[in-house]
Amino acid sequence: MIAIAAFFLLAAIAVASAVAMLFQRNAVNSCLCLVLAFFALAGLYVLLGSPFIAAIQVIVYAGAIMVLFLFVIMLLNLTAREQPQKRPRVLPFAVAFGLMLFIELVVALRSPAGQVAASRAPETTVEEIGTQLFTHYIYPFELSSVLILAAIVGAVMLAKKKL
Amino acid sequence: MIPLNWYLILSAVLFTIGVVGVFFRRDLITLFMCVELQLNGANLALIAFSRSLGDVAGQIIVFFVITVAAAEAAVGLAIMIALFHHKENLDSERVDLMKG
Amino acid sequence: MSEYVALIPLFPAASALILALLGLRMPRPAISLLACLSVFGSFLITVGYLLMTLGVQLPGFHALPLDGPPLFRFIDSGGMQIDLAFRLDSLSLIMCLVVTGVGFLIHVYSVGYMHHDRDYSRYFTYLNLFTFAMLMLVLGSNLVVLFIGWEGVGLCSYLLIGFWYERKSASDAGKKAFVVNRVGDAGFLAGMMLLYANFGTLNIQPILAQVQEVPQGSLLLNLIALCLFIGATGKSAQIPLYVWLPDAMEGPTPVSALIHAATMVTSGVYMIARMGDLYARTTWVLLVVAWVGAMTAFFAASIGLVQNDIKRVLAYSTVSQLGYMFLACGVAAFDAAIFHLYTHAFFKALLFLGAGSVIHAMSGEQDIRRMGGLGKKLKITTWTFAVATLAITGFPWLSGFYSKDLILEKAFETNVWLWAIGISTAAMTSFYMFRLLNMTFFGVSRVDPAVHPHESPRSMTTPLMLLALGSIAAGWVYSSLPHFISGSIWAHREVEHAAVHGALPKVLAAAAVAVMAIGWLLAYHYYIKEPDTPKRLAERFRRLYKVLLNKYFVDEGYDAAIVDPLKNGSDRVYTAFDLGVIDHTLDSIAAGAMETGRVLARIQTGNLKAYAAAMLVGAVLLLSIWVF
Repeated sequence: MIAIAAFFLLAAIAVASAVAMLFQRNAVNSCLCLVLAFFALAGLYVLLGSPFIAAIQVIVYAGAIMVLFLFVIMLLNLTAREQPQKRPRVLPFAVAFGLMLFIELVVALRSPAGQVAASRAPETTVEEIGTQLFTHYIYPFELSSVLILAAIVGAVMLAKKKL
Repeated sequence: MIPLNWYLILSAVLFTIGVVGVFFRRDLITLFMCVELQLNGANLALIAFSRSLGDVAGQIIVFFVITVAAAEAAVGLAIMIALFHHKENLDSERVDLMKG
Repeated sequence: MSEYVALIPLFPAASALILALLGLRMPRPAISLLACLSVFGSFLITVGYLLMTLGVQLPGFHALPLDGPPLFRFIDSGGMQIDLAFRLDSLSLIMCLVVTGVGFLIHVYSVGYMHHDRDYSRYFTYLNLFTFAMLMLVLGSNLVVLFIGWEGVGLCSYLLIGFWYERKSASDAGKKAFVVNRVGDAGFLAGMMLLYANFGTLNIQPILAQVQEVPQGSLLLNLIALCLFIGATGKSAQIPLYVWLPDAMEGPTPVSALIHAATMVTSGVYMIARMGDLYARTTWVLLVVAWVGAMTAFFAASIGLVQNDIKRVLAYSTVSQLGYMFLACGVAAFDAAIFHLYTHAFFKALLFLGAGSVIHAMSGEQDIRRMGGLGKKLKITTWTFAVATLAITGFPWLSGFYSKDLILEKAFETNVWLWAIGISTAAMTSFYMFRLLNMTFFGVSRVDPAVHPHESPRSMTTPLMLLALGSIAAGWVYSSLPHFISGSIWAHREVEHAAVHGALPKVLAAAAVAVMAIGWLLAYHYYIKEPDTPKRLAERFRRLYKVLLNKYFVDEGYDAAIVDPLKNGSDRVYTAFDLGVIDHTLDSIAAGAMETGRVLARIQTGNLKAYAAAMLVGAVLLLSIWVF
């Protein structure tokens, strides 16, 4: 009962803030809307029995990535400029295809599996994830550190004013 | 209690909003944020499936997705900074050096 | 190897190959030695076989006729098998003697004549190659080997006529020779194909045997003989395909001597003689051969009366003498034809080499109007040239007397008119030859004072003297070898020596000598006693003179009727088809590709949203395939 209510609440917040993000004039406002959406998603993850991922979502996504976005926005002072939003020519076209995409996704993803929450597994513990990560997924784990290194170097190189 | 399909529909909605948003906004930053939204929609679907099938692999994947998204965001923003230095604005309509 | 026959063509072939590969790096003496000795080697082997026929037993040499073993299978396809095989019999033996003997002397002469030339090794390469091809031609036991040699000498003729290719007239002459030859070769090939289709083989002996079964005068035989004869007219410069020979004088003079006097041009005669049994069983083709030969002889002699270039006179003389040989073939006197071929090789080669000596002495001058009185300075040349002149005009007891007489006698037996043409040609021959002799060597000197004529080096005068000996003695040598004539391959022909027949041959011989004397006297009168006479006559008969001087305008006629229409036609086809269709198509394809590229490039707008839209569309479509 609570679960269903929670679900609908969180879902509503997520969708609403996502849509809101699109219509903000100020870039910072868009950012904040997106952060809200992320929080809602984190709640949904908890509802789905993955507290660890929910925490990661908040810490990394909302806490690091969006902060980075805000840094850049403020650094470049993008808020100050407000461009006249001309309706892009492709918009109706894009909306049409977007709808089609939605329909297709729904059709594709429909599953007869039915219930989710009170289902097979209890909440996933950190221990479980950790075990998997360091045994079966050890290669991707190590490689992702290389990836992050590459990203760091790339970011520094690209953002410098003078090489 | 909550059917899997609802989660999936929600993830589809979020993804579609992200897609349409790319066409909606003109400045690159918001555009990029819409891309992040798409990623999150996908993550939601993954977690839902993971819970439904009892396989923790879905969550591991989400773990990596988030990692990669972080790296990608870093690099993407660096590119945008570089672009800004070059053009003094971040208008997606004006980024057309690849024309032809 | 017990058979040395294959060595005869092999020596010059090997020499040509070595010279082709290494010639440019060899010192001149080495080149001369290699080239001359290779031909001499072939000559020695040929002489060995000659001695065999005279009864001298030599180790390793077998008696004639020799059918050499097949050395190599050229073609082995379906039912057709063609081998490289040689046959040495009395006919090919005589030809080999001429080719290697006279050829060797000309090689030696060339050493002196081409001494100053830049392309020394290339010259001898070609010359040896030619000798090889000619030997293949005469030694081949099947028509394919003969044809290989036939084409080979045509090729070498082209190469040697156009030897000084930087001169346009020379390269044009080479092309003309080759193309005209080719026309004849088409006929030859047609004949070969007819032969193969009907007799199943191209080996000559089997063909000649099978021909005996075919009814006399059948259309097939006539057709084959005619086709082969067309080839002969091309190669041996008869009407209508003689036009290349006068132009061929652009080549070095030893080349003219070897190829266009002694050997290549005689291959047509050889071929007809070789296929003599086939020709003997035809009806009207033999008449065609005889009349073409006679007409050519007369026609060419008439042109030779007024030419002013020393080599041109000799060229037309060659055409005329070849006409005699064909005349002989036409009256089925093949042995007479070969006899004349043999003697003609000596004196004609001598005449050309002598002309070369004169040209060499005159530093390149060839117009006889600017010569005269050279007899005092060029003693050897003059006297050898005089001997050759006497021989060609039929002075009694010299070689030409015997051979030409035999032909005239055989002609008389067949048709009086043929004899009449022959004897009048002999008169003209005598006149123009003595005219040439007088204007060049005797009488008043019209030489340009800047030119200092001097006698040629020994490498050039020695062959002249040897050939002079040959011109004198060849007739005696030949007729004293009885089984050369009667033991020849023409078993069906009755061959009688002139002495057997009674009074008639003596009368005919006397007539020929008389005619020769008349020519001599007239020439003496016109060019020594009263040098103005020719000019007065040219004025009186201006039109006739012009026609003769311009060779009856035959070349111009060919140009207008054949060459120019072909050239214009092919020009038009080129513009319309090659440029218009093929090039246009290719250009359109290329332009089309570029246009397509340009149109497609419009997708690259550089617009981010556009790209995103495209991705979206693509994703949706792909998904739809999977979902629906």
